[in-house]
Amino acid sequence: MAVITLHRKPLTFAERTYLPQVAAGLWTTFKHLLRPKETLEYPEQRPAIPPGYRGVPALVKDPHGREKCVSCQLCEFVCPPKAIRITPGAVPADQPERTHVEKAPQEFEIDMLRCIYCGLCQEVCPEEAIFLQNQYSMTGYSRAEMVNNKEKLYALGGTRPDAHYKWDKKKAAESAGGAHH
Amino acid sequence: MCDLICHIPPAVQDLLLSILKGFAVILVIFPIAGASSMAERKVSAWIQGRYGPNRAIVPWFAYVPFVGRFLQRLGVFNLMADGGKLLFKEDPLPGHVKKFYFMLAPLVGLVPAFTTVTVVPFGAYLDRAGQVVPLMLANVDVGILAIFAVASLGIYSMILAGWASNSKYPFLGSVRASAQLVSYELSLTLSVLPVFLWVNAPGTDATLSLARVVEFQSQPGLMGGMWFIFLMPVSALIFLVALFAETNRLPFDMIESEADLVGGFHTEYGSFKWSLFFVAEYSHMVVGSAVFVLLFFGGWNPLPWLPLATLTGWLHLQDWPVVVGALSVVIFLVKVLAMIFFFMWVRWTVPRFRYDQVMKIGWQKLLPLAIGNLLFYLLVIGAIHAF
Repeated sequence: MAVITLHRKPLTFAERTYLPQVAAGLWTTFKHLLRPKETLEYPEQRPAIPPGYRGVPALVKDPHGREKCVSCQLCEFVCPPKAIRITPGAVPADQPERTHVEKAPQEFEIDMLRCIYCGLCQEVCPEEAIFLQNQYSMTGYSRAEMVNNKEKLYALGGTRPDAHYKWDKKKAAESAGGAHH
Repeated sequence: MCDLICHIPPAVQDLLLSILKGFAVILVIFPIAGASSMAERKVSAWIQGRYGPNRAIVPWFAYVPFVGRFLQRLGVFNLMADGGKLLFKEDPLPGHVKKFYFMLAPLVGLVPAFTTVTVVPFGAYLDRAGQVVPLMLANVDVGILAIFAVASLGIYSMILAGWASNSKYPFLGSVRASAQLVSYELSLTLSVLPVFLWVNAPGTDATLSLARVVEFQSQPGLMGGMWFIFLMPVSALIFLVALFAETNRLPFDMIESEADLVGGFHTEYGSFKWSLFFVAEYSHMVVGSAVFVLLFFGGWNPLPWLPLATLTGWLHLQDWPVVVGALSVVIFLVKVLAMIFFFMWVRWTVPRFRYDQVMKIGWQKLLPLAIGNLLFYLLVIGAIHAF
């Protein structure tokens, strides 16, 4: 490769006085002075959350308002900072149409002081029951307050409109004689 | 009124008057210094596309329509909160400092900063005879000389602070401070000499008074009403650059350059002692701007070729000396504040020079230019008076 020697142009007298440069700089900064401000005034103005944002993880229900989590504990296993604790239990007796699911979380805790918002729990979940949603601000006065329990997680997550109804299909397939849907 | 005052012996009256004047200086300069520090933050923010401090508010002020909200957005209450914080927070005294001199340094800085204010005229009024009488605390004839002599004493506070802090960064900062101030003091003084040569024409009373310089700029006629900025732009430029260096403002703030010296000479200082350094720095800025306005921008004259006396005639205020006085003070303050804004504006425009560049500009560029400028005006003035 050819070597190209660049010659630095000698400065003109005006450039060496530095004054035209300072004046031009002053003009630039003055334009910035008059320009609209870039700052978002936070508590009143909120930033737009882009799709795919990884906020506070939460549990979601299906469109019929039924629990999706089957307490398989994959998320607990995959969670790098070990923020998730699940106490597995049986499906509550008042949900007869879901007894074939066999398991449901008795308690589901995410310690938000440990959570690193990596989204691996969402990725690993076979039931699409846990999602990292839009909420980005978590505060509390005590460590205990920063642990989200099952009730809080469902309150945060709400209902998600994807109509898979995996377990309904499985039940229907079973009653129709097939092993799988 | 006289019952109260006239029975006091004149000597005590003088003493009381001096004390009152002293308080007046402190009561004016402290708020201006505080307001400048807030203006600094606001102007910095605006230039950087931010809002700056605009949240703090005293609860009951929030109910005042418009005004309360306006003051809040302007950060006025942030300023008060800042002042309160600096006054009441813990005053650290590091174990390795030389305690007596460490505590003395901010006071040594404050005294010259406040003393110079007394000889700066800040306004004028017209007496019964239509004569312009300048408003100033101490009308000394040495004027500019007193300011230069006393203002440069401020460097002792930095040297003292740097030495008493007994650690390397403050020490380096104070060494830089002394070198820089000595270098630029020369150009500063040489740049104002042409102005005083011009004012002290042969046959008139010789004076170094700043009030006389303003008076000179408020004469009738094309040459008489001309401000010195038009007559001596190079002098004004040298004075301005040297002023930036003397007040340790960017691009010449080698003394506190955070990147290489942590905080410079005040690294070891905190809370109120630290804030005293800043009051001193801002009052140097105010006095420096005031002197610049007096020398080159016509002092309290509203516009070039429009002296205060003419404006008074237009507004028919001859019988209201107090109003004229207030008007002149306002005009003067607006100019000084514009200068302070310019200081802040330049701060966010020109990056800091390297130390060797500062020395090179001071000794190899500014000083020869100042000497050449002086010689040029010597010849011009000589030619004018010879022919």
